[in-house]
Amino acid sequence: MTNSIHDMGGMHGFGPVVPEPDEPVFHADWEGRVLAMLRAMGYTGLWTLDGFRSSLENLPPLTYLSSSYFERWCRGLERLVVAHSLVGEDEIVAGRVLRPGIRLNRKLTLDDAKVMPWPKFDRPALGPARFKAGDPVRTRNINPPTHTRLPRYARGKLGTVEAVRGCHVFPDTAALGAGENPQWLYAVVFTGRELWGEEADPAIRVSIEAFEPYLSPA
Amino acid sequence: MPADDHAHDHSSELSEMQLRVKALETILTEKGYVDPAALDQIVENFETRIGPHIGARIVARAWVDPEFKRRLLADATDAANSAAGLDPVSNHLIAVENTPQTHNVVVCTLCSCYPAAVLGLPPVWYKSAPYRARMVIDPKGVLAEFGVSLPPGTDIRIWDSTAETRFLVVPMRPAGTEGWSEEALAALVTRDSMVGTGLPRSPEEPAAEAAR
Repeated sequence: MTNSIHDMGGMHGFGPVVPEPDEPVFHADWEGRVLAMLRAMGYTGLWTLDGFRSSLENLPPLTYLSSSYFERWCRGLERLVVAHSLVGEDEIVAGRVLRPGIRLNRKLTLDDAKVMPWPKFDRPALGPARFKAGDPVRTRNINPPTHTRLPRYARGKLGTVEAVRGCHVFPDTAALGAGENPQWLYAVVFTGRELWGEEADPAIRVSIEAFEPYLSPA
Repeated sequence: MPADDHAHDHSSELSEMQLRVKALETILTEKGYVDPAALDQIVENFETRIGPHIGARIVARAWVDPEFKRRLLADATDAANSAAGLDPVSNHLIAVENTPQTHNVVVCTLCSCYPAAVLGLPPVWYKSAPYRARMVIDPKGVLAEFGVSLPPGTDIRIWDSTAETRFLVVPMRPAGTEGWSEEALAALVTRDSMVGTGLPRSPEEPAAEAAR
């Protein structure tokens, strides 16, 4: 979902940031298992990174806020394996296997895990870029009921293209399983005052990485 | 740990999440979707191989080698991947340089995007609601909570990681480190200094002295 609780930029009321001295990589063994399962299941190619993000964003807001980070990941992964008919809802509830698995096209092996390939998201351009560095742009005011990576605080705002990043997989369609639909990606920078009003600190500038469909000429 | 280790009945000691995750791993393993040995390897990668020491080496090299720094700022993925003695990093890495005029800070307001290939997994605070909510609207307030105060007149540039591009802050080289080796300099480069919520260690700090 787009206007969901995950879109936190600019919200008040969450209190101070509390850094933890000498923080461990994982705070419990199960956190590492969740991360590993998610990476291994992501490798199957059955869903996209944005499909996973969408599964987290679709958690009920109270669940999202009251769950720890890896707890959210666990719930998101459970939802994905059920949605893709890999595991039955009844099996999640029972906590055990009730029927055999289905065949996967790709399974992460130990050798794959040793290499740990990082995914690539850039794709060949399907057409010329509409904008270049220095162009003024206005972000569109969109509120799709599905996944997007244009944060609410940066919608309908006047900014400047700072860099052209190339063509990348478009999250808004990739999340839906509707194809990669590659789009030009830009760094777009805004003044603090454009985002937050006249009271904002003039020393602040904020940039987002914006896909071309998020932008209009200004 | 291997799936077999999960068979022991410690249920009275196990938290709800331990049980839930254990059940999910058992289901995925028995259905043939995951190999527990591969899962062990992934955990090991993040616990021992991948961490901020990688980013620190990149920053230290940029401090001593102007040509490497030029290439890093032009194309960080290519520069890091082709540099001798550095591990390959992920794709779409972008290095942003702190200067006396501008201090850079990285955030992901929508989830937890972080340059994991060069810094490892993000700390809890980076993924927390307070950081994600406030860094884009009140960066000075957040930096103060990290004990960072910038000289008056410094601009603050926030990079919200809304796509698959990942940002590595190249902090300013501390004064008093002339002639230091790349290795000794790397010991000054903290994780937080590469996110923008910290500054490099002072060369007078004991940890830095020990690394010389």
